[in-house]
Amino acid sequence: MIAKRVGGALLTLFLLSLVVFAMSLLMGGDAAEAMLGQNATPEALAGLRAAMHLDQPSWQRYLAWLGGLLRGDLGVSLITKLPVSTLLAPRLLASLQLAGLTAAVSVPLALFLGILAAVRRGSLLDRAISMATIGVVSVPEFVIATLMVLIFAVRLHWLPALSSSRDFSSLHDVVRVFTMPVLCLACVVMAQMIRMTRAAVCDALDSSYVEAARLKGVPPRRLVLGHALPNAIGPIVNAVALSLSVLLGGVIVIEVIFNYPGVARLMVDAVSTRDLPLIQTVAMIFSAAYLMLVTSADIVAILCNPRLRHR
Amino acid sequence: MNTVPKSGVAHEAQALKIRRRRFNVSLLLGGTTIIFWLIVALVGPMVAPHAPGQVVDLDVFSPASSALPLGSDYLGRDVLSRMLIASRFTVSIALLATLLAATVGVFCGLLAASSGWIDAIFSKLFDTLSAVPSLMFGLVVIGSLGASIPVLIGTLATVYSPGAFRTSRALARNIAVLDFVTVARARGETLSYIVLREILPNLVGPLAADFGLRFVFVTLLLSGLSFLGLGVQPPNADLGALVRENIAGLGFGAAAVLVPTFAIASLTIGMNMVIDAVSGGRRAGGRR
Amino acid sequence: MTLSGDPLVRLAGLEISVRDAQGQDKIIVRDISLEVQPGEVLALIGESGSGKTTIALSMLGYTRGACRISGGTVEVAGHRLDGLPEARLRGLRGRVVSYVAQSAAAAFNPMLPIMRQVIEPALVHGLMTREVAEDKARGLFRALALPRPDTVGDRYPHQVSGGQLQRLMAAMALITDPALVIFDEPTTALDVTTQIEVLKAFKAVVRDLGTTAVYVSHDLAVVAQIADRICVLRDGMVQEQGRVEEILFLPRQDYTRALVAAAAARVPAAPMPDLPRDAGDPPLIQMRDVVAGYGGVDAQGNPQVRILGGVSFAIERGKVLGVIGESGSGKSTLARVVAGLHAPASGRVNLDGYTLEGEIRHRDKEQLRRIQLVFQNADTALNPAVSVGEAIGRPLTFFHALRGTDRKAEVVRLLDLVRLPAALAGRLPGELSGGQKQRVNLARALAARPDLLLCDEVTSALDPVVAEAVLDLLIDLRRELGLAYMFITHDIGIVRAIADEVMVLYGGVPVELASHEALEGPLHHPYTRLLMASVPELRPGWLEAANSAFSCGSSAGAGHAAGCRFFQRCAISRPGLCDVLDPAVHVGAGQTIACHLGFDGLQAAPRIAQGAIPA
Ligand SMILES: Nc1ncnc2c1ncn2[C@@H]1O[C@H](COP(=O)(O)OP(=O)(O)O)[C@@H](O)[C@H]1O
Ligand code: SF4
Ligand SMILES: [Mg+2]
Repeated sequence: MIAKRVGGALLTLFLLSLVVFAMSLLMGGDAAEAMLGQNATPEALAGLRAAMHLDQPSWQRYLAWLGGLLRGDLGVSLITKLPVSTLLAPRLLASLQLAGLTAAVSVPLALFLGILAAVRRGSLLDRAISMATIGVVSVPEFVIATLMVLIFAVRLHWLPALSSSRDFSSLHDVVRVFTMPVLCLACVVMAQMIRMTRAAVCDALDSSYVEAARLKGVPPRRLVLGHALPNAIGPIVNAVALSLSVLLGGVIVIEVIFNYPGVARLMVDAVSTRDLPLIQTVAMIFSAAYLMLVTSADIVAILCNPRLRHR
Repeated sequence: MNTVPKSGVAHEAQALKIRRRRFNVSLLLGGTTIIFWLIVALVGPMVAPHAPGQVVDLDVFSPASSALPLGSDYLGRDVLSRMLIASRFTVSIALLATLLAATVGVFCGLLAASSGWIDAIFSKLFDTLSAVPSLMFGLVVIGSLGASIPVLIGTLATVYSPGAFRTSRALARNIAVLDFVTVARARGETLSYIVLREILPNLVGPLAADFGLRFVFVTLLLSGLSFLGLGVQPPNADLGALVRENIAGLGFGAAAVLVPTFAIASLTIGMNMVIDAVSGGRRAGGRR
Repeated sequence: MTLSGDPLVRLAGLEISVRDAQGQDKIIVRDISLEVQPGEVLALIGESGSGKTTIALSMLGYTRGACRISGGTVEVAGHRLDGLPEARLRGLRGRVVSYVAQSAAAAFNPMLPIMRQVIEPALVHGLMTREVAEDKARGLFRALALPRPDTVGDRYPHQVSGGQLQRLMAAMALITDPALVIFDEPTTALDVTTQIEVLKAFKAVVRDLGTTAVYVSHDLAVVAQIADRICVLRDGMVQEQGRVEEILFLPRQDYTRALVAAAAARVPAAPMPDLPRDAGDPPLIQMRDVVAGYGGVDAQGNPQVRILGGVSFAIERGKVLGVIGESGSGKSTLARVVAGLHAPASGRVNLDGYTLEGEIRHRDKEQLRRIQLVFQNADTALNPAVSVGEAIGRPLTFFHALRGTDRKAEVVRLLDLVRLPAALAGRLPGELSGGQKQRVNLARALAARPDLLLCDEVTSALDPVVAEAVLDLLIDLRRELGLAYMFITHDIGIVRAIADEVMVLYGGVPVELASHEALEGPLHHPYTRLLMASVPELRPGWLEAANSAFSCGSSAGAGHAAGCRFFQRCAISRPGLCDVLDPAVHVGAGQTIACHLGFDGLQAAPRIAQGAIPA
């Protein structure tokens, strides 16, 4: 069963590489034209095409590209002429720092709030959480970021509006750089997670077995932690995975707004300059990360469920 | 079985009336907001006081005045006029893209629900599509095809068709196993009769809610792309683009940046309110 | 039973109301006053929605959802439960009063092993250590006649059968030696043959432990076995209370009388005279050696999962074949094969001598018209988005090209035929009661003017009094229209009332095929005997007299490569023969039986086969 999930994810990743590669075929002109610009001589173009193997049929180029990816050879940027891996490595690290920090803050907090809202269903607290999450879910990331900048940087002057610094010499610097982007991202990611966690725990709390446990005299804390939560684990893990994949998208806008030197910034610039090898590689990395998250959530859900575990 | 006492019936009718009234508050507020934006998108540009590109004020980010009800933007253009035209772009692009996504998604979803091997193929296909984070997908497509409005609509529709597919497929599969569908099949009804007359009428409600939800997501993604400068391109602008170009006015709370921001929020929150009212607030948070 | 001394439970003027979303209160249970003496078993009986569960739960100081106790008092074992704070109630629940839920399958947490859940009441109330509790639980498992009592606790709920779960739930309720146990329809979801085992187990522990109990049920015959007194409820009010014998034999209220009449064995309908036919005419429908199942088919034509294994029968015009068997025995699959919804792996189905194609799309419209299907659950059998008139009208258009006013008139006629007012044509199914829906469901099938109706458990989901009326309608229709029925049910009483011939399915194989007369005769397949002996009779003391000596174990004999499928449960089996060879089919007068013993062998074991050995 687990093998099936992993196999499915790998198949998806393979199909995805086809889609991403096909994009380059859709692009008007080819990479050689893009590199040499408008006024290149036909000879120079032909020479470069041969050098880049662009004269080969597309399936050969696809195989070469895929093979390169698998070997860790990510190709060469059209614009900067630098290997994509060199460009990417430091940016990826920076993005991972941001995403990791956000996850570390938001996952526990969101689970706590989601469970709390479910347990205190209908209370003032629940309704407040519900309103806040609907509000955040309904609003684009950049609006939240903009408002935060307005409040914390412009009005209160507590934090810098930009997080481009890579100077982490003191804890104070780290806090200054990360607080705002992490806060913004966490807001966006948590809203999803809270709503889905609450729904999952509510479902479990409404079930007959929780009623039966209540009628056994099981105290509330044990009711939630011992009876409802084990049943909500599957949906919750799924919610966490989905929310973290939202993080993958949200990180793009946030990095741009705060001028944070991560992968996303690089990606947006690459799109503006239509630097295809770079775009393709980043897209594949993000998708692989998404699939890994979702698949591990599936696997955790299977391992947690005795009905799936003991066939 | 007709033993419910009279008072009980009257009581139930009264309760129903009250329930209607309460659900109307949310519906009314959200519905008015949506209709307001639809009207603005429809007639707005016609009643705009200035051409959207015309510089009418020497002062940039000037505050509201009787001449410029929403002040001026970073170049001294009339914010009201630009808002009117930008709303049309946002609403119409989002609506078209949602419509396209829903049509494709629902059509494929119903088809998948009625046949095993079609289901296997479509499910894998849409799974693959949804494995790319939505904004990333937009970036890849726009990176290779450029940012024109048809590309934008196509991209948005592609990103959100898997969701519509999954919803309609799941709903249709749940209904397809019910006995009344079996009875129709046993009668020898054609597949199209079963799908259109037996299954679809039961999907209308939930699919409408799903459509609304998808409209919210599409609006958010469109605004996000435009905010990054990869959506609607100058000289045209949608609401996201207005926020982007006037972001410098944020520091002094210029209407030029705040109004489009709140416009996006009111559009999406209004739609969410309508959905919540119609589906009885049972909607779980979906994926963006 | 002495009426002196203090009652253990005393409800006085109890009123429970539910608050709807608008804050309006609606009373669902009113003015309930009743008492339960220590050691007594009181039954609450009534149709669904009559407030049985609500009242029973109030004895735990618990109300569901937006309900609350809005008047009166609840006293249990000297504690006033109404108005008691939640923390105090928690100390009583599971210790002083405990609860056995209707569906144990839903009431066990699927994520936790059974033993942990069974001993939880003892642990949360700090009554004993884990080891002591586990020992006690194993003792209860034994007392409740659970198989493998020492290891069943290590399993997860999904690994145990429904009947066993229900007994495990009782063990959970009894582990704290509570003063009062509440059983809420604990056997409703079970097959009759399982029900009797569970009932016996319950009765034995209740008697041995001297437990005081409140037993909720809709089944008068079940209640007659287990209760000392009965309280009849309707629309949230007490109709009548009294000792079991009083209620059964001297009911005072009209409603109680109707209830008793519905529960009493039906007088069989007058058999239909044979329709005129030539001797050489083929039967209306005939099935020959049909094998059906799921998954791919192997070289011998056997499907991976075999649901039906070699079924043959015939139904003449205007006759009724009753098909009976426990859940999972393949009854519905049989109907689906006849209707063309499930293609058989091998064998054939003939209509008037012509072989029908396995799949609908290969059958012609006339063939489809002549066979119509009516389902058990009227809620899902009618499209909620389609009006009654449209639902009945569609087959008229489809099969008979009726349109406009002709169609309208015919819809009205059909509604009248099923005894429904014409005004109902404009309604949606959601606005109808359960009985009305089932009649519409029937009218839709009749609209095609079929020769054969496949009725799949059409009365099972209805309350007894309503079910009775629908059954009467079916009998009338048959007389008026000369219809043939394949009548699928798990209730042998209904089959006796309506069928000309009966087929008993076990594990997808017909173990007995008997005419109406032969069914009343003494000689039957051991499974048929078990089935007949398991149906509770409407008299106290039946359970003690009944025995299950010819049934041991309750696991259906699935996964047999060869041999009799009933082998594991058969008390008169011949090991070495029955589990090796498929039983031969013996043909007698109006009766065929698939059993190695044959008629002579069954005759030779009469004491067992007729249930004369005390338990
Ligand atoms: N939580 C609830 N909310 C609203 N109505 C309820 C609720 N629980 C029960 N009822 C109503 O109370 C009546 C009695 O229900 P119940 O006690 O479950 O009956 P029974 O057990 O006899 O089937 C029914 O009409 C039912 O609809
Ligand atoms: S064949 Fe054997 S096991 Fe089967 S019913 Fe007859 S006697 Fe029992
Ligand atoms: Mg009940």
